Amino acid sequence: MNGFSRRKLITTGLAATAGASGLAVAARLADRYGLIPPDYGGLYGPGTTLTYASHRLLTRHSLAREFPRSQISKAPFAKLRPFKSEVFDRLRAGGFVDYRLEVEGMVARPVSFSLSELKSFPSRTQITQLVCEEGWSFIAEWTGVPLFNVLSAVKTLPQARYVVYYSLQPRWWHSIDMADALHPQTLLVYGMNGDELPMGHGGPLRLQVARQLGYKSVKFIYRLIVTDSLKQFNKQGDYSWYAGI
Amino acid sequence: MANSTLSLADAAPVTTDAPRHSVVVRITHWVTMVCVLALVLSGIEILISHPRFYWGETGSVMTPSLFDLPIPASRPWVNTGYGFVLSDQNGWSRNLHFEAAWIVMFTGLVYVISGLRSRHFRNNLLPAGAGTSRRTLWKDIANQLRLQRPDPVGTWSYNVVQRLTYLLVIFVLFPLTIWTGLAMSPALVSVFPFLATVVGGHQSARTIHFFLSVLLVLFLVIHIVMVYRAGFRNRLRAMITGRTASREDQP
Repeated sequence: MNGFSRRKLITTGLAATAGASGLAVAARLADRYGLIPPDYGGLYGPGTTLTYASHRLLTRHSLAREFPRSQISKAPFAKLRPFKSEVFDRLRAGGFVDYRLEVEGMVARPVSFSLSELKSFPSRTQITQLVCEEGWSFIAEWTGVPLFNVLSAVKTLPQARYVVYYSLQPRWWHSIDMADALHPQTLLVYGMNGDELPMGHGGPLRLQVARQLGYKSVKFIYRLIVTDSLKQFNKQGDYSWYAGI
Repeated sequence: MANSTLSLADAAPVTTDAPRHSVVVRITHWVTMVCVLALVLSGIEILISHPRFYWGETGSVMTPSLFDLPIPASRPWVNTGYGFVLSDQNGWSRNLHFEAAWIVMFTGLVYVISGLRSRHFRNNLLPAGAGTSRRTLWKDIANQLRLQRPDPVGTWSYNVVQRLTYLLVIFVLFPLTIWTGLAMSPALVSVFPFLATVVGGHQSARTIHFFLSVLLVLFLVIHIVMVYRAGFRNRLRAMITGRTASREDQP
């Protein structure tokens, strides 16, 4: 091996070492500032991590677009069928007076709220767009209690990083980070277009995450778990955990 | 040229001829090709879940469409008139689409910065470098339309039509495709609302994104046909190794 190649080898080696340690430092820093999504691994990890990290840096204070009343969609986005289940039918028969939202996990005071208790919180009404990963989109006026109001009522612990939320629909749940959970436009929605939230749209209670795709806005919410790790929760489908795209 | 023994003489440049395509152009070309294929394939998979198009902000199966693609859908609630539902492949498709989009963005950035620094655009792609006059322009277009084999100079330089096409793809079609892609992101639009409003809304962005990708696929097809006409092996070798049949070899 001659001097030229050896020098090249040493330089390449040093550059590779510097690059690898640079990456390791960057990864630690990124994790510390909450820029690493839970699904950072695997073949598609780099893409979703880049998206999540760049959005977390860019969208810190951004609000989803709100629209004038004239742009509210006249038609529903699908032939909405009522959701059928034994539990749901029983709650529905009772006019949802027994419907409760349990909030547990890393909170100082686990509470279960009735719908009327949720409605007594300060509410927010916003005309925002619901965008589905399929390609369609829909604008409505949504009324609900900002999730941060509920979370501050139960006092989340400082180590909380995610909120997991469950639907009455079997095996259906999702989770968001605290940045979105505390965002002013993230609502527990109970009203739509000046009326009760229709059951086809997830009534009596759904979550709305205005800056992410529709699959994060889970319908028929009945349980919230505040947690510092999503390890014990299985991943929901193949879709990217972060859906701000 | 290949030699099995390594020596100092081999390490030093032995040819004075510059490569037909610089190493940056060659690498970015093939990375872009892989990404474009991944984007087109995954884009089609995503598209078939709702093969209807709208203009403005909103649109769904319950609103009139601008136009429908005459294909079945991968979701049962889209009434396409076909009696069956295609397989739903949105999981990996969406992941692949966004990963390939990131890679092609970085690749494009490297290509454009290096092209500006090395004067690649000025020397090889701006029409002035082709010795343009109105007469040659029309001749070039006519030759191109007849799918005529390029003259020998074509091995070492691009004619006006090629230059304009490449500039259109690099500086118009790709940037607009990226723009309209970003305009469909609810998070990015919350920071940069103009991404969506300038193009007419969320659904308009989606519709434009579709037409731009059709144009890019059209470019890809014509590009491959032209490379084939010009001598597939030689052109392929030039884009892989940088070497091409030398000027003296040309008739």
